[in-house]
Formats: sequence, C-alpha cells, structure tokens
Amino acid sequence: MAAIPGNAPEDLSSRPGGDTIVSHLVRWAFITVSLLFLAALLFAPLATVFAMAFEKGWRAYMAAFLDPDTAAAIRLTLLTAAVVVPVNTLFGLSASWAIAKFEFRGKSFFITLIDLPLAVSPVISGLIYVLLFGLRGWFGVWLQDHDISIIFALPGIILATMFVTFPYVARELVPLMQQLGNDEEEAALTLGAGGWITFFRVTLPKVRWGLVYGVILCNARAMGEFGAVSVVSGHIRGLTNTMPLHIEILYNEYNFVGAFAVASLLTLLAVVTLVVKTLVERTGYRRR
Amino acid sequence: MAEFKQPSVLPGFGLTFGFTTFFLSAVVLIPLAALVLMAASMTWHDFIKVVLSPRALGSYRLSFGASFLAASINLVFGFIIAWTLVRYEFPGRKAIDALIDMPFALPTAVSGIALTTVFAENGWLGQYLQIFGIKVAYTWIGVTVALTLIGMPFAVRSVQPALLEVQRDLEEAAETLGASRFYVFRRIILPTVLPALLTGFTLAFARAVGEYGSVIFIAGNLPMKTEITPLLIVIRLEEFDYKGAAALGFVMLVISFVFLLMINLLQAWGRRRLTAGAR
Repeated sequence: MAAIPGNAPEDLSSRPGGDTIVSHLVRWAFITVSLLFLAALLFAPLATVFAMAFEKGWRAYMAAFLDPDTAAAIRLTLLTAAVVVPVNTLFGLSASWAIAKFEFRGKSFFITLIDLPLAVSPVISGLIYVLLFGLRGWFGVWLQDHDISIIFALPGIILATMFVTFPYVARELVPLMQQLGNDEEEAALTLGAGGWITFFRVTLPKVRWGLVYGVILCNARAMGEFGAVSVVSGHIRGLTNTMPLHIEILYNEYNFVGAFAVASLLTLLAVVTLVVKTLVERTGYRRR
Repeated sequence: MAEFKQPSVLPGFGLTFGFTTFFLSAVVLIPLAALVLMAASMTWHDFIKVVLSPRALGSYRLSFGASFLAASINLVFGFIIAWTLVRYEFPGRKAIDALIDMPFALPTAVSGIALTTVFAENGWLGQYLQIFGIKVAYTWIGVTVALTLIGMPFAVRSVQPALLEVQRDLEEAAETLGASRFYVFRRIILPTVLPALLTGFTLAFARAVGEYGSVIFIAGNLPMKTEITPLLIVIRLEEFDYKGAAALGFVMLVISFVFLLMINLLQAWGRRRLTAGAR
C-alpha cells in the first residue's frame, strides 16, 4: 500500500475497486447464478416450445397450420389486433395531447384512471364485460331481445382485449411529450400553422419512436391476451377461439405438436417485439 | 378558485380531453362500476358467505402465499441479475438484457404450457427434481415457479436504473478508508437501491396475485389445494353465478387498489431519496 502515485508502479490488485481474487470469485458467482436462474426459468421453456413443435418433424409442424380451426384462430387474432391496436393508438394520441400539452386540475388522478387496467387481473377484465352484457348481466335480457350477441362473440373479445391493452400507447407518449415540451408547437402556431398541421408536422415526428414503442407493446399484448379473452369468448372452436385459447384446447386434447406449433408463432411474435423494442431503444429513446 | 384548465395557446384541449374522457368511461370506468354495483347489490350476509367460504379462503392462501414467495425469490434473484447486467461485462450481456423483457412479451398461455412441459415428471428439469422427491408441476411449487417467471422482469427492471445511480466514487472512497465489501454493500449500495427493490417486489407481487394464464396449466387446479382466486372467479362465472364471481372480483379489485397505492408511495419515496442524494 506504499505506492506513491506517479512514483512507483501501482499495484492494481490491492487498489480499492480493482481486481482481487475475491472480487473475481464474486463476479463469477453472480454471473453463474444469474445465468442458471434465467436458464431454468426462461431459456428452457423457450427452447421447449420449439423442441415440442418440431418433435415429429417439419411436416407435422406445417400440417398443424392446415387444420381449419387453427387457421380460424389465427385469423381471429389478427382481426382483433387490427381493430384494437388502431383504436387504442388513437386513444393514446388523444390522451397524451390532452395530458401533456395542458395543465388542468386532477391531472394525476386522470393518469391513474388510464393506468387502471394494468393493475387489474385479466380475469376481472373479462368479468366486467360479462356482468354488463352476459345473459344474466345488466343488459343481458335487452341484448337477447334485440338479438345482439356481445359475450361469446367477436365484440366481447374485442372489448376485453381493448381493456387490457388500453393504457399501453398513452403510457409511452405522455411522459415523452411532457419531456419534449411545447416550444416547437407554439412556434408553428405563431407562424400560422393550424392545429392539425402542427400535430401532424411537428408533434408526431417528435414522438415517433415512443409511438412505435407503445404500438408494438400494445400489439403483442393484444395478440397474446389469454385470461380476459378466455372469460368472454365461450371457447367455440373455429369461431371465437383466438390463438392463445386455441393453444389451451389443443394442449388439453394432448395434441402437443399442434399446441406448440401455434405457441411457436406467438413466441416468434414476442421475439420480433423485443427486437423492434431494442432497435427503438438504440435510437436513443429511453423508457421512463 | 382557479379555472379547471390553465390558459394555453395550443388548440385541441376540448376535443382531446372530451374524446379521452368518453373513451375512458366507456371502456374502463363504466364496466368497472358494473362490477362494484353487482357486488353492492348483494346482501352483506351473502357477500360474506361467498368471500369467506372455505374454498375462497383456500384460494386466497395459495394466491397470496405463492405470489409472496415468488416476489421474494424475485427480490433476491432480481437484484443479482440486475447487478450482473449493470456491473459486469461478459459475452452475451446485451442479448440477455433484452431477453429479460421476454415474460412481458410472451403470451401467458405459451409460458404456461412451456413451463408445465419443462417441469413435468418426464420434463427436462422435472425428471431431475423428481430424483430428489420434488414435484413441481401440478403442485403449489409449480404455481410459484410460474408466478416467479412473470414477476421477474418487474424486479430486474426496477433495480437496474437504481443500481446505475449508486455513486462508484463513494464506494471506492469507503474501500480506501478500509470498509469491507459487505460493509459497503450494507451502508452505501443497499440504502440507494432499497426503494427500487421494494417497488420491484410490490410490482411483482401485484402482477402475480392477478395472474391467470401461465398458472392454470401448471397448477393442477384442485379446489382448496392448487386453485388460485382468479380461477375460482372463472368457475363461478361458468356456473352462471354472476354475483359470486362479482363478489370475489370485488375483493381482488380492492386488493389491486391497495397495491397501486403502495407502488405510488414507494416510487414517490424513491424519487425523494434520489433528489436528496443529488443535492
């Protein structure tokens, strides 16, 4: 410890914060424990999805998608996401403009209300619509008299999915817009641009990466939602089964190749979502 | 009293606030109110009979016990993983950092069937645990494993930014003055990351209590033993017992609000600490 800076060469091994045998051991132990934990809990299940899907070969894997019920489930999932994601994006843009651009009373309470669906169990998210529109719900009899089906039909699936993915876009855009401020918008308005022009030419380009981020997370959740949709769908094969629900049916019938083949598609969707997310983060966009 | 909205040169408040309020009410607030109203339409006696029935109590015990255990496991391993990702450089670090969010992105039904397959008696890991007499799939241990997986990103992602805030020069100064690694951990690192650790714990706990998809495959779903509360709600609904489902749903809703409040308080505490530390 007698090393005098600039005089004798420093002994790195005894310098605080430097490498010692103990710090090497600790480092090795932390990395090993982390990797083992993730391997057992995350990597093994991910690998299993593909191992089970291809257990009986490539042909059996492809044949799983020829099943008309599987094809119907994929179509229903795509249709649901095609309705829910644009609607929630529109909501997110509207909510973030109202919240980030203006000061009004009760704002933080308003934000809490928007975030509410994230705190609620998926089963509750489905339950509330059954209580409203189900046969014994508040509007059940009226709906039956007028021959409108919401529960056990497409509208219920869309509503439940909309509820669980409700805050995703708004959550990304509100803090981003607040952080970026209103200077450019105010300048555009002063120079004579209208409200819509300002929004499309100034605000939207400013927040584009946050928007992409929110939309892909919203889409991943919309396509993968299980609990809420399970409660409202009625599990009618080929009609009201989304991909996650169809996985459950195939799995319970011991059709493991079929179940994991559909699961492999959703896993790929999750991988694509994470890749896009990582790319967006690389542009400098940081999640708050 | 001041105006509801402060004056601004920007247009569009009426349109966007109106649309947001309308949509929020239609999709979230009115349906949630329907649940509260349905539960409130029951007599007090009936309500208590449903929410304190032995089967409901058994489901709370499993849901809360397994969620608490899973959140505690995540508290420890979440810290270890966050520390590894923040402090050490090793091959594949960036890929693993990105994969931490996998349980967010992966549909719960997929993680459910995949975990069940891995931990079944003949599964990749289940066959070795079997030798030690540990049964994971279709027991409460399986429920805990599934809840640990879905809570993991919450724990890691809460602690990571807090660990980046720990002042390395403070650690080095302490070591120069003769402090042991453990002392530095206890007096410098832990106080800095404590609010984040507790926030991650509560987020993971809250998420686990409501979780459905990934649990029902691995749980076995036996009443009183391996039946979680969300599943009991679904069973009541399938019996067309809307009021029973609403009563249990109301209990879970209240618990969610308590968690939400706790998370907000913890995050406010963390922010106060950070700003106090920066001064």
